[in-house]
Amino acid sequence: MADARSAIKRPIGPRLWLSGGWLTLLVLGAVFAPLLAPKDPLMQDLFLGRMPPFWLPGAEPGYLLGTDSLGRDVLSRLLYGARVALFVGLIAGVLTCLLGTTLGLIAGYYRGWPDLLISRFIDIWMAFPPVLFSILLIAVMGTGLTSIIIAIVVIDWTRFARVIRAEAMTQGAMDYVASAQVTGHKRIGIMLLEILPNVLPTMVVLLTLEMGIAVIVEAILSFVNLSISTDDPTWGSMISEGRVSIHQAWWVLVFPLVCLFFTVLSFSQLGEGLKDYFDPVLR
Amino acid sequence: MSFLEITSLSARVGPVPILRDVSLNVAAGEVRALVGESGAGKSMIGKAILGTLPGAIHITGGEIRLDGQDLLALRPAERRRVIGQTAALIPQDPLTALNPVRRIGPQITRRLVDILGWSKRDAEARALELLAEVHIPDPKRVMQSYPHELSGGMRQRVLIASAFAAEPKLIIADEPTTALDVTVQKQILRLIKEMQQRHNTALLFVTHDLGVVAKICQKLTVLFGGMVLEEASVEAFFAAPQHAYSRALLAATPKYTDPDQSLTPVPQSILDDLQAQLDFAERTTT
Amino acid sequence: MLITLFGVAVIVFFVIRVVPGNPIAMMLPPGAGEEDIARLKALYGFDKSLPEQFVIWVAGVLQGDFGTSISTRQPVLSLVLGRLPATIELAVMALVIAIVIGSVLALTGTRHRGTRTEGAIDVTNGMALSVPDFLWGLLLILLFGVLWPVFHISGRVSPALDLPFATNFYLFESVLRLRFDIWLDLVSHMFMPALALAIPLAAIIAQLLKQSLKETMHLDYVTLARTHGYGENRVITREALPNAILPTLTLVGVQFTFLIGGTVIIERLFSYEGLGNMAIDAVINRDLPLIQGIVILFALMFTLVNLIVDLTYALLNPRLRHG
Repeated sequence: MADARSAIKRPIGPRLWLSGGWLTLLVLGAVFAPLLAPKDPLMQDLFLGRMPPFWLPGAEPGYLLGTDSLGRDVLSRLLYGARVALFVGLIAGVLTCLLGTTLGLIAGYYRGWPDLLISRFIDIWMAFPPVLFSILLIAVMGTGLTSIIIAIVVIDWTRFARVIRAEAMTQGAMDYVASAQVTGHKRIGIMLLEILPNVLPTMVVLLTLEMGIAVIVEAILSFVNLSISTDDPTWGSMISEGRVSIHQAWWVLVFPLVCLFFTVLSFSQLGEGLKDYFDPVLR
Repeated sequence: MSFLEITSLSARVGPVPILRDVSLNVAAGEVRALVGESGAGKSMIGKAILGTLPGAIHITGGEIRLDGQDLLALRPAERRRVIGQTAALIPQDPLTALNPVRRIGPQITRRLVDILGWSKRDAEARALELLAEVHIPDPKRVMQSYPHELSGGMRQRVLIASAFAAEPKLIIADEPTTALDVTVQKQILRLIKEMQQRHNTALLFVTHDLGVVAKICQKLTVLFGGMVLEEASVEAFFAAPQHAYSRALLAATPKYTDPDQSLTPVPQSILDDLQAQLDFAERTTT
Repeated sequence: MLITLFGVAVIVFFVIRVVPGNPIAMMLPPGAGEEDIARLKALYGFDKSLPEQFVIWVAGVLQGDFGTSISTRQPVLSLVLGRLPATIELAVMALVIAIVIGSVLALTGTRHRGTRTEGAIDVTNGMALSVPDFLWGLLLILLFGVLWPVFHISGRVSPALDLPFATNFYLFESVLRLRFDIWLDLVSHMFMPALALAIPLAAIIAQLLKQSLKETMHLDYVTLARTHGYGENRVITREALPNAILPTLTLVGVQFTFLIGGTVIIERLFSYEGLGNMAIDAVINRDLPLIQGIVILFALMFTLVNLIVDLTYALLNPRLRHG
């Protein structure tokens, strides 16, 4: 008990501060994008194509981070792109978590044929190259945010299901579950009231990691032009555009790349940090 | 001059003393027991000689002379070479002391080739000869076997053969029978004695079992809390142990001749006395 | 294993037939009549019911006939086999790089355990693991394609080169034919994408192997080897390493399948003419037979990798070899 209490009081490490800080900044940027963005992210001005960022010679005043080949303001597109990234990360992450955890709990606690069925599906899913699978699904469902989110959920539920299934099995074998069963509680009640709270920390950690993955998947799909329409500002489409003009205007690639890099790193470090935080004994 | 001379050896983990001013001599061809309860530091002395002390333990003073060379003053590589040539270890647990992914043959011969520069053929001939010496039937087949294919007793025989392979002048046996079945224990003990006599090797026998000491050793050193309490020849010790703790230890040892006797644990008063002595020594040295 | 492959086949087959866009319509010029559409549908077998189509397709696959690509009108099998060597070479090169980097880090970390060197290695591993291959690829493009352009960042081989090869295993064949000029050109194209794929895997190998090594270093046979006169480096590489590899191996096998999955986007990023790049084109063109063929091939590769890992494990572990 003393251990558990000291664990809760453990200081939040620099890892959590830094990643939490960056994500907070990002959320603020995304929420207030209409106020913060100096330009309309869709506005093209072909006379102002490929203007460098402000500290380089030839920069156009008002375009802090320069412009892309169509003369669109990089900073504004970054801010609006953060909206898409965080929206997809949050919604897709939560939905994946719900689906995967539910299936994992059922497989791990009920065992028997539901487990056989779910495990078989997990095996088949593991044999799909995930990127190809997601591109395939998008091609089938058509582009758009909803399709992206569905694709992520359909592909990534196994990440949760595998881990939660294993944990539910361990928990299900423990004495407190047996005693709850003996006293005549319904199985679904035990699953929700006894097992679920015990797998919750794992779930939160996986959810954090999944949000980072969702952000990346969205970027990859925009990169191959299968996300929302190519005009709309997403980090992935900016990267795609930047990859083409890399030798003429590196900044079109660098700024979204840096944002994406820090965001993904932050989600994953946040997840790792939370893992330590919840479970100071292991690791 | 003794073959192994340890003078005033001290070691610590952080502030906690592990060895306190230990002095110990083993003459060439002599069999000396190092006796004590767990935590007395007896295994640490063996590890200090062989240079395999855990990283957290630091030697804080004293010297270890092996065949006249001051081991602690040597450079690490030089020291390893000296030890590899002159000393060997018979480990405690034969189940974990052989590398599971390697055949028995190379585990005996490789260092003869690598460290001592033997030819491969000589090393193999030597290994076969040694396996026969430790009474392993069909040495050729055993050379080709993996450790998991051999019983615990067989593995310990292999390890004994391996320890004697380079004709070391000193063998350190670290409780070599505790991990074995009682019936096998006796055979292994007899074998170690037999090999020691045939090769005329000095043997430092680390044990907590005075019954074993009586069987194979000539001299013994009693340790408590990292400190030497008593040194004596085996006959003298069993006739009249000098230290109160030694007497108590002897009374607590079962005798093979009289299995029904009642055993008395070491009395608390003696342990308290010793602890006070250690505490005093600690205050005066720091 | 076969059930898994069959499951993949079923899912791919039915998922892509829910496609709302009509691939046939896209192949014909605007204004083509109903008749033309019906003729083409019959040609590709789209006029039959789904279960019928599936049976026909599976029967074909079992005979090595994966159908005909809609966009290129060539047999899927020959298209796919033409690209497969490029992807295999890329994945294997990435694996080699990952093993080299990962092992060096693990061995260095073990050699200097408990020091700042080990701490630095742990932090590097954490970073490398957190960021996926796609982002490493972009970063490498910036660093070694633009800032300090030493490697090619697009394509598989310089188009100007005349390739005298009989197979599509260019890298392998260039060595056999002693054409080291071509070999160098290939490596210079391949190195960046392979490194991008390798970085996360290298971090995993480093982490697992180091943990495994450190556990092994406490065991008695390692201590015994020290008393034989072997130095720390020899003890780590010759006593601890062979034992530490085994537990690492199975996990690395799973991770290698992830790496193969990663080739899809990395090939796209580096315009590398492999299977993954072709797959994305196939999806964009809605080339159903080609998509099916590629996905099945990927699933087959995943399954084979797992099989090879199991076999290697049995081969390296004497307990299983004689069991």
